[in-house]
Amino acid sequence: MIDKRVASVAEALVGVADGATVLVGGFGAVGQPNALIEGLIEQGATDLTIVANNAGTGRVGLARLMELGRVRKIICSFPRSAGSVVFEELFRAGRLELEIVPQGTLAERLRAAGAGVPAFFTPTGVGTLLAAGKEERTIQGRRCILEQALHGDVALVEAWRADRWGNLVYRSSGRNFNPVMATAATLTVAQTQHLAELGELDPDAIVTPGIFVNRVVHIPYGDPAS
Amino acid sequence: MTQTPAPLSRPQMAARLARDIPQGWYVNLGIGIPTMVADHMAPDREVIFHSENGLLGMGPAPAADAIDPWLINAGKQHVTLLPGGSYFHQADSFAIIRGGHLDLCVLGAFEVAQNGDVANWATSANDSAPAVGGAMDLSAGARNLWVLMEHTTKDGQPKLVTTCSYPLTALGVVSRVYTNLAVIDVTPRGFVLVEKIDGLSLESLAARTGAPIHLPA
Repeated sequence: MIDKRVASVAEALVGVADGATVLVGGFGAVGQPNALIEGLIEQGATDLTIVANNAGTGRVGLARLMELGRVRKIICSFPRSAGSVVFEELFRAGRLELEIVPQGTLAERLRAAGAGVPAFFTPTGVGTLLAAGKEERTIQGRRCILEQALHGDVALVEAWRADRWGNLVYRSSGRNFNPVMATAATLTVAQTQHLAELGELDPDAIVTPGIFVNRVVHIPYGDPAS
Repeated sequence: MTQTPAPLSRPQMAARLARDIPQGWYVNLGIGIPTMVADHMAPDREVIFHSENGLLGMGPAPAADAIDPWLINAGKQHVTLLPGGSYFHQADSFAIIRGGHLDLCVLGAFEVAQNGDVANWATSANDSAPAVGGAMDLSAGARNLWVLMEHTTKDGQPKLVTTCSYPLTALGVVSRVYTNLAVIDVTPRGFVLVEKIDGLSLESLAARTGAPIHLPA
């Protein structure tokens, strides 16, 4: 019997290695896999590269992981937001590498990784600081730059419902980066608010088919913080 | 000594731009004054709003007792979803943007140049922590890019310029600029005046603009 459910967050994060690239789902607080981020703090892996839209707020979650010195580099589109104090401190002190990526290029680099596309050309970012060092080519009359697929060793995602095969359904704007990241990592771990019996999730409504998911842990943590 | 006419307030700027959005357009509104455009759409004109984090058919802010904590916009504010609205993931959301499916994006900006270049994401090449979000994707991908911003900076420097001095967001993409003083098209000739607020002379507008303003041919 295939059963991707694991009993604890610790079990869900077994094997996350030092130096790993970790994709973290969520947009702001919505759809963010908080229990898995807390678990990563406990788990101890260090020298991490974190890929996420935002760079954490306050001194909890991602911000705490960074404050503990466990993050070497962050790849994101919008690091600076209300309350991103830890990011700003570490970045100013030169203790954190930052790679800024336009949000759509970030999503597409992840999608490309999941789809086996090693790189792609896009007009986004042409002629800007973010094009520095990237190959440029004119395609169908439009200037484009080459962007590389962005693969993760681990993806941490949050689902609303999941079954033992790892099929995932999301809730409202909690979907965001989660389905894309789930496709783009060697090890995809989902925390889910609710568990469903196999066959209970409507096949027409499943957003992430279980093939993309390796482990599921049930964390009914409730609504995201506002 | 002539009196300087009062510039438009931010809600008036948003309302002025909203009047020009045709029925049926799919529209993305940037953070800041552009977000206010949604509040000024005529109720009988159906326009569908997109939000980068994965919504089409975004509605207004909910009443305080009707907030859905799972439903936010790209500015991380609580919003609503209208009947007919849909959710999708980031790659699909940016396929909408980058694939040329949006009729219009309205962005705020630090500067717009007379060739349509826009700068709106970083204030210097060594900004301590720049944050680009979806601005470069929207600028490159939307069929029409309109900028909604004050005509000058707080200390009176022009924001419509010959060449942007801030780091660029995209090259040659802005087609129209709505400010608190005027509506200006960006054309192969440069800036062309569409309208200005009542009582403002062309000379006075030109003095607040960093590049020539042409009259319509």
